[in-house]
Amino acid sequence: MHYRSTSYTIFQIVNYVLIGVLSLLCILPLLHILAVSLSSREAATANIVNFWPVGFTLAAYEQTIGNENFLRALMIGFQRTILGTIVSMSIITMAAYSLSKSNLRFQGRNIYAWFFIFMMLFSGGLIPTYLVVTKTGIYDTIWALVIPSAVNVWNMILMLNFFRNLPGELEEAALIDGAGHFTTLFRIYIPVSLPAIATMTLFTMVFHWNSWFDGIIYLTKLQDYPLASFLHTVVVKENFNEVGVDLENLQQISNRTVKASQIFIGALPILLVYPFLQRYFVKGIVLGSVKE
Amino acid sequence: MAATEPSPTLHPPTLQRKSSGKKFISYWRKTWPLHVLLLPAVVIALIYNYTPMFGIIIAFMDYRPWLGFSGSPWVGWENFEYLFGYRDARQVIWNTVLIASLKILMQMFVPVIFALLLNEIRIIWYKRTAQTLVYLPHFLSWVILGGIFVDILSIRGGIVNRFLGVFGIEPIFFLANGDWFRITVILSDIWKDFGFSAIIFLAAIAGINPALYEAAAIDGANRWQQVMRITVPGIMPIFIVVVTLSLGRVLDAGFDQIFNLYNPLVYEKGDIIDTFVYRVGLQGAQFSFATAVGLFKSVIGFILIVISYRMAYKWAGYRIF
Repeated sequence: MHYRSTSYTIFQIVNYVLIGVLSLLCILPLLHILAVSLSSREAATANIVNFWPVGFTLAAYEQTIGNENFLRALMIGFQRTILGTIVSMSIITMAAYSLSKSNLRFQGRNIYAWFFIFMMLFSGGLIPTYLVVTKTGIYDTIWALVIPSAVNVWNMILMLNFFRNLPGELEEAALIDGAGHFTTLFRIYIPVSLPAIATMTLFTMVFHWNSWFDGIIYLTKLQDYPLASFLHTVVVKENFNEVGVDLENLQQISNRTVKASQIFIGALPILLVYPFLQRYFVKGIVLGSVKE
Repeated sequence: MAATEPSPTLHPPTLQRKSSGKKFISYWRKTWPLHVLLLPAVVIALIYNYTPMFGIIIAFMDYRPWLGFSGSPWVGWENFEYLFGYRDARQVIWNTVLIASLKILMQMFVPVIFALLLNEIRIIWYKRTAQTLVYLPHFLSWVILGGIFVDILSIRGGIVNRFLGVFGIEPIFFLANGDWFRITVILSDIWKDFGFSAIIFLAAIAGINPALYEAAAIDGANRWQQVMRITVPGIMPIFIVVVTLSLGRVLDAGFDQIFNLYNPLVYEKGDIIDTFVYRVGLQGAQFSFATAVGLFKSVIGFILIVISYRMAYKWAGYRIF
C-alpha cells in the first residue's frame, strides 16, 4: 500500500475491531455452553456463568457418560456416520466416474446426467417419501437413515468435475496397458483423487453426524435414535413423555449443566474434524487465486 | 443428443459400416462397466427419489393407509381448495415467504460486505484466525445450535438477556413471542452462515489481477476508490449469480432451524410450509392434505429454480456443469 491517509488509518482501526468482534460472536455461544457444562450446578442455576467455568467440576460429564441412553445414542450416531459415509461415497464415486466420461466415449451419459439433475431440482416431498420408506422394508432400521440419502447429486457433480480435470493421458495409458474401466477407476483414478475424496468424505461424515430429522420420522423407538435425533428429542424439545423416565431422571436431564455437556459432546466430533475441513477450504481459495 | 455420434478415433471406419445390431454389441462391450458403475445410484434414486414423485397423486385423493393407493377415493382439487381457503395454511405460506425473503436479503449483502472488510485486513494471522472462527457455525447442526440458543436466549438468566440487562433493557421473550421469534430466526440464520457464504466472494476477490490495483495506485486512486472501481466490479458477476440463484429459495425458510427453535407459543408467526407439512401430515396423519401442501411447494420451487438458473446463465454465464 503506497497510499496512506488519516481517514484510511481510522477505517483500519475500526475494521480490525469489527472483524474481531464478529469472529468472537461466532464462538462465544459455544464457549458459554462449554463453561456452563464445566460449572457447578449451583453456579449454573444462579446464572453467574459467563465464558469461564464457575466452581469447576466434571460432574456433568460424568453423569452424561454414565447415562446409558446417551451412550447408546452416541454409539448409534458413530455407527450411522461410518455406515452412511461408506455407502454414499462408494455410490457417488462409481457414478461420478462414469459421468465424467465425455459424450463421445459414453453415449447415454446425458440421459443419466439429466436423470440426476432432475431429482436435484424436484422432489416428491416429505409424505410420499415417508410412505415409500415405510413400504420398502427399511423402516425402523438403520438403513432408513443410510439408503434414501445415499445419492447426493451435488457431491457427485463436484467429484465428476474433479475426475474430468485429471489429465486424459492417465486414462489412455491405462487403457493401452489393457486396463478396463474398473481397474482404471480403482487403481488409477481413486488413488490420484485422494484430496477430492477426502473432502467429500468429510462433508458426508458431517452430514450424517448432523442429520436428526430422518431418525425421528423413520425410527419408532428412542433407544434406536442416533445422537443428533436423541439430542433433538431429549435436550432441545425436552420431550419427556417419549423418554418415559421417572421423576428422578427427569430432574437429572433438566439439569442445565448436564444438558450443556450433552450439547457440547454432540458438537465435539465436528470440532475435531473441523481443522481438516478448514485446511481444504484454504487450499481451494488459494487455487482460486492462481487461476486468472 | 446430436453430439453423441461415435468419434472416429474410438470407432474405426470399419466398425461404422456394421449393422445396427452389431454396433450395439460393440458399444455395449465397450461401455457396460460404465452402466454397471451407475447402477446402484440409479436404483436408489428410482426407488427413493422418483417413486415418491409418483406418490404425489395422493394429493388428489383422500388417502387412507389401510385402503392403499388403489382403494382410496379420488377427490380432485379438493385438498388444494382447502389449502387456499384454510386460514392457517395461508398464514403458513405468508410466514414462509416473509422469513425466507428476509433471510435471502440478509444473505445477499452481509457476506459480501464482510468479504470486502476482511480483504482490508493486512495481518495474515489475524485474517486467518477470523476466517477459521466465522466458518465454524456453518458446520454445527441446528440441533446443537438449537440447544445452545434455547439456553442463551432464555428469559430467566440466559446470557443474552443478562447482557441486555446491563444496559437496563427488560428481558426479551426471544423464542416465546412471535415477532421476536422471526427476528431471532433471521438473525441466527445470518449468524450461522455469513462467514461460509463469504468464501465465494473472497475467492473472487483473490482472483482479481493485482496489476489493476498497482495501476490505480500509480494513477493516484486511494484505497476507497480502488475498492469501488476495481474490487466491487470484479466480484459483480459472482454476486449476480448468488442473488439470482437465491430466488429459488423463496419457499425455503429453513426447516431444520425453525423445527429446533419453535414451540406452540409461536406457531402462528413461526410455522412454515415444511414444519406445517410435518405437523399436519405425519403427526396429524392427514397424508393427502400435507402432500398437497408439499406439492404446491415443490412445483413453485421447481419453477423458481429453473427461472433463476436461466437468469444466472443469461446475466453471468453461470452453469451448474
